[in-house]
Amino acid sequence: MTLSATRIRAVLRKELREFRRNRFIISTMVILPIIFIAVPIADLFRIPASAPPALVRNGVGATLLLLLVIPVVVPATLAAYSVIGERDQGTLEPLLATPIRREELLLGKALAAIIPSVTIAYVIFAVVFLSVRAGASAPVMAAVFQPSQILAEVLFAPLLAAWSIWIGMAISARSSDVRVAQQLSTLASLPALGVTALIQFQVIQPSVVLAVVLAAVLVAVDATAWRFVSALFDRERLITGIAS
Amino acid sequence: MRPTLSSPWFTRRAVGYGWRPVSWQGWAVTSGVIVFAVTSIAVFKRSPAGIGLVLGGVAFYLLIASLTAGAPSTDSAARGAARAEHSTFTPAPLRPAPAISESEKATDPANAALLVERLTKRFGERIAVSDVSFSVARGEVFGFLGPNGAGKTTTVRTLGTLIAPTSGSAIVAGLPLSAANGGAIRQRISIMPESPGLYLRLSVYDNLEFFAGLFCLRYPAARIAAVLEAVNLTDRADDLCASLSKGLRQRVGLARALLNEPEILFLDEPTSGLDPVATREVHELIDGLRRRGVTVFLTTHRLEEAERLCDRVAILNTTLRAIGRPEELRTRLFKRSLVVRTAAPLAVPEHVFEPIGGVSRWSRDDAGRYIIDVEDPEKVAPALTRALVSAGADVLSIAESRHSLEDVYLEMVDEDVEARPR
Repeated sequence: MTLSATRIRAVLRKELREFRRNRFIISTMVILPIIFIAVPIADLFRIPASAPPALVRNGVGATLLLLLVIPVVVPATLAAYSVIGERDQGTLEPLLATPIRREELLLGKALAAIIPSVTIAYVIFAVVFLSVRAGASAPVMAAVFQPSQILAEVLFAPLLAAWSIWIGMAISARSSDVRVAQQLSTLASLPALGVTALIQFQVIQPSVVLAVVLAAVLVAVDATAWRFVSALFDRERLITGIAS
Repeated sequence: MRPTLSSPWFTRRAVGYGWRPVSWQGWAVTSGVIVFAVTSIAVFKRSPAGIGLVLGGVAFYLLIASLTAGAPSTDSAARGAARAEHSTFTPAPLRPAPAISESEKATDPANAALLVERLTKRFGERIAVSDVSFSVARGEVFGFLGPNGAGKTTTVRTLGTLIAPTSGSAIVAGLPLSAANGGAIRQRISIMPESPGLYLRLSVYDNLEFFAGLFCLRYPAARIAAVLEAVNLTDRADDLCASLSKGLRQRVGLARALLNEPEILFLDEPTSGLDPVATREVHELIDGLRRRGVTVFLTTHRLEEAERLCDRVAILNTTLRAIGRPEELRTRLFKRSLVVRTAAPLAVPEHVFEPIGGVSRWSRDDAGRYIIDVEDPEKVAPALTRALVSAGADVLSIAESRHSLEDVYLEMVDEDVEARPR
């Protein structure tokens, strides 16, 4: 299969232009994760320097895990709108009447969704890390500034965002209503929340091995999801509302 | 040498986005991965977990690279050729009109831009289009008429490879209609749907630039300037589409449809909902396309539009009811007749009309006019005039009765398709 970088770039550029023209799209994406992460971060600042190491480790671990939910939650709406939104605004038919392949369209849209999502996630990570450096106790700071922690945050953000985007796009490609697609895509964050909750309640012990396994699973899912979502993308169904 | 499936993935140039070290982007990404791996190992030293993460990153790169590695598919050569052919911008996008007679236009399959054989499309139990066959010559403006729900849009979507036919075959712009040829066919044609479907938050130029990218045009800026000029929108290029009137949006849609210099331009109800001025502008644009030799497939239910613009028309009502030049259809369906108006009714009209050779029958309508069915009005009219004068009639007018395309249409389409059970 030959893919055209020109067409993928055209879709990417168009999507980013639309985001820029409607700044509410991106600005509203930031609000929910900030609210979501505010309390756990505040808890970090309440951990005293004399706190036992286990408390520090658990508090920091749980907060950093919650940070990883941000790249899952943020792109869900964008991804859910990606295909059904085109249909809703009447632009899907002219778009599909061009030589673009469904793989190119989906990849361009996925890249367009991942760029702001990962950027937002990284900015929030940076704000949290800098805040901890500025105001948290020394044990908390030491626990946060572990190279493995930072690397995990940096590596997992795009993997999780991609996972969320492919699920959202799969829903978008099969939905008949924008609202339904957006509601369903928010459910894409549930598995990530579930894993986070299980770790937080120490049902699963966080460890480097677990991180590596989860990363490997995400890599495999992300790499195959593109083809899977492409297979779900049925031109005829999207245009006529009737499956081919 | 063209890389094939047997080539290692990292040497195939049929790449997507620079994952492989073939293009400079590929080398940049690969170098980045190597630097990342070395740096990470240095940071983690001998930590097994750290090395695991690094190896995971490298594995991710390799997995993506191998999944996105693909040898050119069987139709890629044709696609490439089509792209090269159509992305080359010619400053004056004029094609000479084909030097083919009108009768040949309609019948010569070798000259057909579009050849449709027994095309049928079903949606479940409902038949949208049934057993439709026709051809459209290169450079012809072909009207596709029919009531709402007759299958016009379905036919356009099928020929535009947006939906698959249930049965039948077609050759579109020289290529057999098939899923494998979808991309190549769409590169050679353009479809302008009834609603132009513009990105309203983007400017006119941004909309066109996006589609120029989708068609992989080699000189997009020049081509965009040319189509904007063609639809007289150069001054509105930076306006947001949301700020344009419906007529202007339709013009932007038409400009978009011209971007790839299509061999066949499918226009689906291009003047639907437009005011008379905007409608006239669209008509002038279609006339301009005809002069450039572009094949235009025009679906409409505005009969005066079809009559004014089209070389031939087909009337569809799920099945094809009639096809031909408007004049031919009129002749085929209606007898030719002369209409006579006199100042006073004739005393004995049968004595006037029946002796004239070539008159098959006559009648008098509610307006008091005499309708005389004839085989050849040009031959009968002088004799008829003489007969009327001899009979002492005060003749006000003698004219040939003209049946409109609307008469033909109403004769062929007598059913409310939309209200049919589905």
